[in-house]
Amino acid sequence: MNELLEILSDLHPEVDFATATDLVDGGILDSFDIVSLISEINEEFDVTIGASELTPENFNSAEAIYALIKEKLDDED
Amino acid sequence: MLFTSYEFLGFLLVVFLIYYLLRGKAQWSFLLISSYVFYFIADPRYLIFIAITTVSTFFAARAISDKKSSFDAWFKEHKKEMEKDERKAAKAKAHAVEKKIFLCCLLFNLGILAVTKYTNFTISNINSILNAVGNKGTLSFVDLVIPMGISFYTFQTMGYLIDVYNGKFEAQRSIFKFALFVSFFPQLVQGPISRYDDLSKTLFEEHRFDWRTVSFGLERILWGFFKKLVIAERILVPVQAIIQEPDKYNGWYAFAGAMFYALQLYADFTGGIDITIGVAETMGIKVTENFIRPYFSKNIKEYWNRWHITMGTWFTDYIFYPISASQFMMKLSKKSRSVLGNNLGKRVPVYLSSFIVWFTTGIWHGASWNFIVWGLGNFVVIMISQELEPFYRWFHSKVKVAGTFGWKLFQVIRTVLIMSSLRMFDCYRDVPLTFKMFGSIFTKARLSQLSVNAFTDLGITIADYVVVFIAMVILIAVSLIQRSGSVREKIAELSAARRFAIWYGLFMVTLIFGAYGIGYSASQFIYNQF
Repeated sequence: MNELLEILSDLHPEVDFATATDLVDGGILDSFDIVSLISEINEEFDVTIGASELTPENFNSAEAIYALIKEKLDDED
Repeated sequence: MLFTSYEFLGFLLVVFLIYYLLRGKAQWSFLLISSYVFYFIADPRYLIFIAITTVSTFFAARAISDKKSSFDAWFKEHKKEMEKDERKAAKAKAHAVEKKIFLCCLLFNLGILAVTKYTNFTISNINSILNAVGNKGTLSFVDLVIPMGISFYTFQTMGYLIDVYNGKFEAQRSIFKFALFVSFFPQLVQGPISRYDDLSKTLFEEHRFDWRTVSFGLERILWGFFKKLVIAERILVPVQAIIQEPDKYNGWYAFAGAMFYALQLYADFTGGIDITIGVAETMGIKVTENFIRPYFSKNIKEYWNRWHITMGTWFTDYIFYPISASQFMMKLSKKSRSVLGNNLGKRVPVYLSSFIVWFTTGIWHGASWNFIVWGLGNFVVIMISQELEPFYRWFHSKVKVAGTFGWKLFQVIRTVLIMSSLRMFDCYRDVPLTFKMFGSIFTKARLSQLSVNAFTDLGITIADYVVVFIAMVILIAVSLIQRSGSVREKIAELSAARRFAIWYGLFMVTLIFGAYGIGYSASQFIYNQF
């Protein structure tokens, strides 16, 4: 989770990602951010997130993003 | 059948009356018949195209959906007996079949769109190349039918196919319901590009006559007519005059033309969408919103989140994300980071995907270079503003203007000016001429061009400019009121006398100042051509 929070903070240093729950709906993360984010996640965690998984529900909070990464990691096990 | 024609109003009245006389599934069945009649009246040949897209996508999506469900059921039963590798192989095998069906259907339908819309554009480019290399021979243009609304219904249908393929929802089992989703007449000609899971919520259910819903729909239609007939049709005259004589009308005229066109396009497109949403609403059907006060946007990115929203989200969800999340982009991202460093390298896939999206957005609007350059112009502006983010952060840490009224106003004016400048490609329809006319704003603007007489030479009178100005003030006022909630909800809370005064006032203003009447043919809505 800490690695993810670090990646997110690099994108928007001014946001408290540990508590925010409306990252997409609140307009904090836009489509550019999401694309940067999935390529960082791919680099850091070695998981591939598909286009169909790029939904607001999956990206509205750090927790949701982390859950998606974990699901991907479990899937590959 | 233009939305502003008497024929359309008559057609609408008949559909509306019969719709509420029917019950249950007869209601949506009747809407399907009405939609096909509407399309048939436009041109009987169009029906073949829409029917082919409907049938091919319906069966492809159903086959994909069936394969998914039968595989899921089989997999659930057998997965415990299988090793990890076997599970992966079984999934990949099932997915490969779905992918084949999906790609065949996608390419087939995009192929129809490409052939009908882009054949002559391709021929004209081949001819230019042949001429450039000294070849005198040219290919002749082909006389092709371009079905009305093909860009809209193809995108809407392909969105449905992609969603079924991605497992977002199951395919529709009734071909007639699906046919209605593709052809629903209010949104067939200029959008919005609806999503199946959104429109289907209200399209197929029974609707009983409800005065509030019907009156809200009628209000929205009337508002659309006001925008189209009072504003767009009036300001169209000077816009056309300025565009048609670029040598005469340069400098301030070119600037005024760009500003007038911003108003015309807004009134025309949002007015058309108001009529679409209003017509659907009178029958209890909810069509998604396509605009959220776009001219109040603080930057271009925000503008594109508020203007032609259904097209923007379509491109984001079905082109930008799939390209940027593709294996190719992931590899490119890794490679560019290792070569260019983390900071610069991570921009490569985002900007490349964005470039492709804006190129496609441009060509979607029209098969000509002016639209492609317009699309890429948007890409350049967005890229520059993205790159200037650190500067903006530094600026705001030094100068405390963020959040002030003056700064917000500056941002709004800046956005309108940038968007209007880019739209000059749309006005002049010629790339070198557009650059020339944009340049003339800075080099040929003379004070004498600002005299009152100069603008009355453009085909409308001072009284017309006054009408446009007052109508624009009303537009701005309504937009400002909208910030605190629906204007129609607010009107509904008023006393019956006041409510009636507003409706009657808007109706009379549209009737008196609207450009219409026997013998007058309102121009085609701008977005009908796309």
